[in-house]
Amino acid sequence: MVRLTLDGRTIEARSGQTILEAALANGMDIPRLCHDPRLIPSGACRLCQVHVGGTEREPVLACCTAVTEGATVVTESPELASRRRAILELLLSEHRMSCATCDADGDCALQDLAYRYGATEWAYGTFQHTEPAILNYTSENRGIEYDVEKCIRCGRCVRFCDEVQGACALTFDGRGITMKVNTAHGRALHQSDCELCGGCIRLCPTGAMREKTARGMGRLKDLTKVQTTCTYCGVGCTFELNVNPRLNRVVRVTTQPGMGINDGNLCVKGHFAFDFIHSPERLRKPLIREHGAFREASWEEAIEKAGRALVAARDRYGPEGLAFLSSSRCTNEENYLMQKLARAAGRTNNIDQCATTCHAPTVAGLALSLGSGAMTNSISEIKHVQTLFVIGANPTEAHPIVGLEMKKAMRNGARLIVCDPRDTWMAKHAHLHIKHRHGTDNMLINAMMHHILARGLHDRPFVADRCEQFEALRENVRSYTPELAAEVCGVEAGLIRRAAEWYAAGTPSAIFYTLGITEHTCGTENVQNLANLAMLCGQIGKESSGINPIRGQNNVQGACDVGAIHSVLPGYQKVADAAVRAAFAKAWGVELPTHPGGRVTDFLEKAGEGVLKAFYVFGEDPVLSEPNQARVVENLKKLDFLVVQEIFMSETAMLADVVLPATCFAEKDGTFTNTERRVQRVRKAVEPPGEARQDWRILCDMSTAMGYPMSYGHPSEIWDELASLTPSLAGISYTRIDKMGLQWPCPTPDHPGTAFLHQGRFTRGKGLMHAIAFRPPAEQPDADYPFVLSTGRTLYHYNIGNMTRKTAPIAQKQNANFVEMHDADAERLGIVDGGAVRVTTRRGSISVRARVSGKVRPGALWMPFHFAESSTNRLTHDAFDNITRTAEYKCCAATIEPDGHPDAPTGEPPR
Amino acid sequence: MSISECTDKPLDLSPVAAMVADRAPFSEGDVIDALQDMQTRYGYLPRAAMDEMARLSGVPVARLYGVATFYSQFHLQPHGRHAVRVCRGTACHVRGAAGILSAISRHLGIEDGDTTPDMQFSIESVACLGTCFLAPVMLVDDQYYGNLTSDKAVATLKRIQARDGAPNAAAQPAAQKGSAPCPP
Ligand code: SF4
Ligand code: SF4
Ligand code: SF4
Ligand code: FES
Ligand code: FES
Repeated sequence: MVRLTLDGRTIEARSGQTILEAALANGMDIPRLCHDPRLIPSGACRLCQVHVGGTEREPVLACCTAVTEGATVVTESPELASRRRAILELLLSEHRMSCATCDADGDCALQDLAYRYGATEWAYGTFQHTEPAILNYTSENRGIEYDVEKCIRCGRCVRFCDEVQGACALTFDGRGITMKVNTAHGRALHQSDCELCGGCIRLCPTGAMREKTARGMGRLKDLTKVQTTCTYCGVGCTFELNVNPRLNRVVRVTTQPGMGINDGNLCVKGHFAFDFIHSPERLRKPLIREHGAFREASWEEAIEKAGRALVAARDRYGPEGLAFLSSSRCTNEENYLMQKLARAAGRTNNIDQCATTCHAPTVAGLALSLGSGAMTNSISEIKHVQTLFVIGANPTEAHPIVGLEMKKAMRNGARLIVCDPRDTWMAKHAHLHIKHRHGTDNMLINAMMHHILARGLHDRPFVADRCEQFEALRENVRSYTPELAAEVCGVEAGLIRRAAEWYAAGTPSAIFYTLGITEHTCGTENVQNLANLAMLCGQIGKESSGINPIRGQNNVQGACDVGAIHSVLPGYQKVADAAVRAAFAKAWGVELPTHPGGRVTDFLEKAGEGVLKAFYVFGEDPVLSEPNQARVVENLKKLDFLVVQEIFMSETAMLADVVLPATCFAEKDGTFTNTERRVQRVRKAVEPPGEARQDWRILCDMSTAMGYPMSYGHPSEIWDELASLTPSLAGISYTRIDKMGLQWPCPTPDHPGTAFLHQGRFTRGKGLMHAIAFRPPAEQPDADYPFVLSTGRTLYHYNIGNMTRKTAPIAQKQNANFVEMHDADAERLGIVDGGAVRVTTRRGSISVRARVSGKVRPGALWMPFHFAESSTNRLTHDAFDNITRTAEYKCCAATIEPDGHPDAPTGEPPR
Repeated sequence: MSISECTDKPLDLSPVAAMVADRAPFSEGDVIDALQDMQTRYGYLPRAAMDEMARLSGVPVARLYGVATFYSQFHLQPHGRHAVRVCRGTACHVRGAAGILSAISRHLGIEDGDTTPDMQFSIESVACLGTCFLAPVMLVDDQYYGNLTSDKAVATLKRIQARDGAPNAAAQPAAQKGSAPCPP
């Protein structure tokens, strides 16, 4: 610690901190334009000049000068004021002063400082405006607008794009007075390396870089800022929805440095994808199917009709006659109510949500191995990991803020090992990339463990003290030599050995994985085997060291936590446990069902078999998100009654008997739990469209109609009930998470939350090792279907695309389905980059454009699943994980050929 | 878009690999040097070659572009084999630099800042060349020509043309800045 005085006040600072950082940390302000806490100081604007050790001394730059013990710093003096005024006047002489019509008015650091120092715009000659405005790299862009005449060349945008985002789309072009922000060669932004993260806008201190879509929609004084949590992925970024109350509209999204676990950073979805909120396609009134068509209905009628049908199915067919599909996009409170509705009113354990589609193997696998199915470390611990082991995950696209933290770790000198059949951004920047064949993960992991044991690199004391079944594991991996794995996985044995050595040696190492591990018929086994690897090396239960599934949907963690799973009640308390059931029965005042219940994949099958009669679908679209679409539709059509609670007329809603118009994240209060187990607030910012109703109210109404009355005044009351029944959440309340969320387990109101799990002891006591045999994917390529197709996400879209695709700048960047294939295959089949191709599997066939590169392995195909009009899930295989019934989206046999049909898509594939 | 990219013949990008490989492991510090090599090889910095260098070296193309535009020594447009720099500094100005520039322009059929379609000459007006005692001055490649008149300047260019054995550039249609009929 260093002590110094700042404008007469004695403050403490960390040694190595700059004067500016110390001042800001102590709530003091120094004028500045080019500084941002996330960037390396550049000293470009020279406004932060201060005196150190006497006002007669030549001033220094506070942002570039480290604190020294006993220093006296003066931040204001006549000399400093006149210097600052001169700098500002120079800037103003090159600035088109148009505050009266500028969207940044009131929110502009240049304006504030000019006002504060009385700088005039004519001191160095007035600015000559060019008419018409000069075209630049953003002229054609539909999201971002750069106005060189308002740019003060502080470089914050360029440095952010480079230092934090790592996209390096921007640069300064030229120098001196004609210098401007540009892309390489002035390419249109959407054709550059830009990832549309919006960072350049968020960091710009003036009106030079703005959202085109927010132009004229209100200035700071017209807007209300509502702090909330992003709805697009498990990272759970915090941001402010800027609402113009006069228009009842979200106008733009802002953040502050230091805000949330994302430190004010966002990806394209968080920054731009809010247009869906105000889409004319939103459902506004309840709909009832009559004579094959929908008609509008009152809420009373719709609820009454649905409630009666659900009760009829329950009373006639028992617990197997009805099922409830909850939504991992919706809040904890709503998920809690949905499972309560299923169990208390529907008297069934047929309750599920999309975790089955993605991370159920994680929940099951990690619970078996460690006792708790969640990410063991925190996002903020990633930057201190020394060896990152990333397998079957594409964080820069699917979880971009986790990607940013990994980039930080790499800048801190971390080694990166990536195991992925595809050249993702991470793979391209990895120190070691294992581009193994699809579905050979267990072979690879076993071989790594074989080598670790052969070399004696495992953590003997850790294994002895904290794990059981080690001998079974050792016995099992004996036959999995790196040579065997090299052959099966299609990579060099040396790489496998090196990966094993690096991982074992890391101080610390951490594993990160997502759906590349889980969406297989051996998904749960894959997860267990990664847990084996972590335990074997003692790389778990420590800060920055553990096994980290990065959860997909924004609240899939929370939906699982609060019991929207057939086998568990809130807090993973087992339904099978009579004592647990008794506790809930007491709280809810009804007996709980005891039958095992099923998963969404079971529901669909049971519907097909005529066993399941009534189905309540809340905020999910199984027709598009489940594999083998044709079969899903066929099965749903056999139901007696289908209720869909949705914000849009989804493909599933089209089949419904009753459609209930729901609200989106910006229209309701509640909480989401992010991938690191952090419970965060969601806040209402705008009124819902038409008669759309808050989901928690709809669920209460439905329950009441089914004869089990539920009523709450506010979602916080639902949370309190949930917390009182769930020991791991008991200490969390809305008051405590007002500004920043808390990580469970948090058992008491004074507990600070838990950053990483399994310190000193695993949740289940000892860690359980499992002997996992390699099993190949269910469907192997053959003569008719010689390719392996896997599916995944892109940066720009969320799930089935019905929210993200309504945003113009995103549509401009990526608006159509495509398939990635290898150059060599393309050449052999006469397929060109951008050409139309037909991809066919045993389930279906679709036509898309080809993206030809070396990104995938020869013999492999890769497709996203965000595009309803050419839905990739018409192709995917309904073969399931043996334990959790998660489908094998990552491997299905396919064939590809050029598509000569006149309706086939044409043109360049989107980048 | 640059003129050479309008021709049917695609640019030969194979030399770029060596520019990167010779400096392995390629780092940010190698950028200026590598771009200099590129300019020597192509006469300017072609967009496609910069993209290729970025791809092979892993240095983002925006950073290459930033460096290329920061230093005036780099040219993003194709340059003629001979750079004709006509001084327009004060000393030369008062001794008739403007007349010299327009005579040269007329002879080569191009404007200041442009390149002849046969890529033989580029004209560039510059501020003081530092040889005011010779005013008015032009610099062709690294050779100074002083005490010029319009006729002497044109004669000098003709001599170079004769030496190169190239046709009279003036007979060819002028290429004008910004009017290249390239698709974007
Ligand atoms: S950027 Fe700031 S100073 Fe410039 S016109 Fe806008 S509000 Fe005024
Ligand atoms: S939006 Fe993000 S990636 Fe694109 S230019 Fe701006 S900072 Fe760079
Ligand atoms: S656009 Fe904004 S952030 Fe970028 S250099 Fe100009 S003023 Fe700074
Ligand atoms: S803030 Fe220090 S120079 Fe700009
Ligand atoms: S003015 Fe032309 S050489 Fe100095």
